[in-house]
Amino acid sequence: MSRIGVLALQGDVAEHVHMLESLGVDALGVKKADQLLEVDALILPGGESTTIAKMAVRFGLIDPIRTVIDDGLPVYGTCAGMIFLASTISDGDQPVIGALDVVVRRNAFGRQNESFEAPLDVDDLDSPFPGVFIRAPWVDKVGADVEVLATIDDHPVMVRQGRILATSFHPELTDDGRIHEMLLNLI
Amino acid sequence: MVETGTDRVKRGLALNLKGGVIMDVVNADQAKIAEEAGAVAVMALERVPADIRKDGGVARMSDPNMIDEIQAAVTVPVMAKCRIGHFAEAAVLQTLGVDYVDESEVLTPADEEHHIDKWAFTTPFVCGARNLGEALRRIGEGAAMIRTKGEAGTGNVVEAVRHMRTITNEMRAISAMGDEQLMSAARDMGAPYDIVKEVAETGVLPVVNFAAGGIATPADAALMMGLGVDGVFVGSGIFKSSDPDGYARAIVEATTFWNEPEVVGKVSRGLGTAMPGIEIQSLQDSERLASRGW
Repeated sequence: MSRIGVLALQGDVAEHVHMLESLGVDALGVKKADQLLEVDALILPGGESTTIAKMAVRFGLIDPIRTVIDDGLPVYGTCAGMIFLASTISDGDQPVIGALDVVVRRNAFGRQNESFEAPLDVDDLDSPFPGVFIRAPWVDKVGADVEVLATIDDHPVMVRQGRILATSFHPELTDDGRIHEMLLNLI
Repeated sequence: MVETGTDRVKRGLALNLKGGVIMDVVNADQAKIAEEAGAVAVMALERVPADIRKDGGVARMSDPNMIDEIQAAVTVPVMAKCRIGHFAEAAVLQTLGVDYVDESEVLTPADEEHHIDKWAFTTPFVCGARNLGEALRRIGEGAAMIRTKGEAGTGNVVEAVRHMRTITNEMRAISAMGDEQLMSAARDMGAPYDIVKEVAETGVLPVVNFAAGGIATPADAALMMGLGVDGVFVGSGIFKSSDPDGYARAIVEATTFWNEPEVVGKVSRGLGTAMPGIEIQSLQDSERLASRGW
């Protein structure tokens, strides 16, 4: 059985774990670099991206995560996780893993009062996905190898580059496991 | 069909703050220190609870200018406090675009009988609780996040521990009850039956629950995480210590690694003096902030 790591420095880790277990796979909260070698895929959860990035730097996780991704480990980032994966952040200089060739804009839709739910058309899915956007980012620019799988008002909100998947919304806060299954299919 | 202010996005923001520390700040400089240390959010207020306690008088919502300045200084969520029952202060905070409103006993209550109808707002609310009944009443009024009341501004964690243990014990008790017992449990706790039933079935609160009120050291944060809270508010504990940068950073790290005592020990080394504490028994009943609200 596959075992999926969820980076557990801060954020909605338990919601991802619950989703993974409901799909019949094992989940492991990852706080240490050596745990990255025990998993078949990695999720970077929703949370506060500045906090997750600072903690990853202080506890020496940025380079080990970049290494396993470069070695082909499938990875999926939601919201803060998308920001953390991006190569460039348009409005700040916080540390990033940088494996995903996109420019991301933080809090692009606004503050909490602008957080919203909307059904979302996603390439590869045959019916709309329940999009939950919380102080969400969007993608300003994508590199040549990046596929855009969903947009809102022409802003990419879901992208894939090889085995790297990222959404600016939170499937883990719904009971729809289809996007997590897309990660499992990358293993 | 775009919907804002739904339960899911209100509760969802709190879910995204889990495992983090929310720090009280009184100006933009403090907000930057908090963000730099790794705070998941800041609480903008005019005086930290220790000063409110010392100064006395009526404590109210902050000046909107101050909240604007803090919002401009940081990218993390900014929360702000309104008085219990003061729906007009809450409405102002909503227009300012704060990310959460704390209907807080730390400020002087505006209404001794009623809390705010929080369903009427797009902005989510966090409220304090001493026990399960109080938590479920606030959730029944629309709170999207709960925190223990503890005893703010004392630097003494004992009340936060008492409140968290009480909530946990009461949840265990109703989880073990038969369906026929839940209505009388709801009556005894003064809590909405539907939410009592939901908690009995799931064994967890339907919203995130943070610790607040008296957390002053990294080990205090680890203690509360070990008791099962989802994260920590630190009020006076950062900026009333001898080394705010050091305390802020250490408390963030201890919250993430709460179950690794060697990390908590490492971050606790050489921090200097924690905020001065107050023995709870020395407080008059009228000085106990936790007894405000019901």
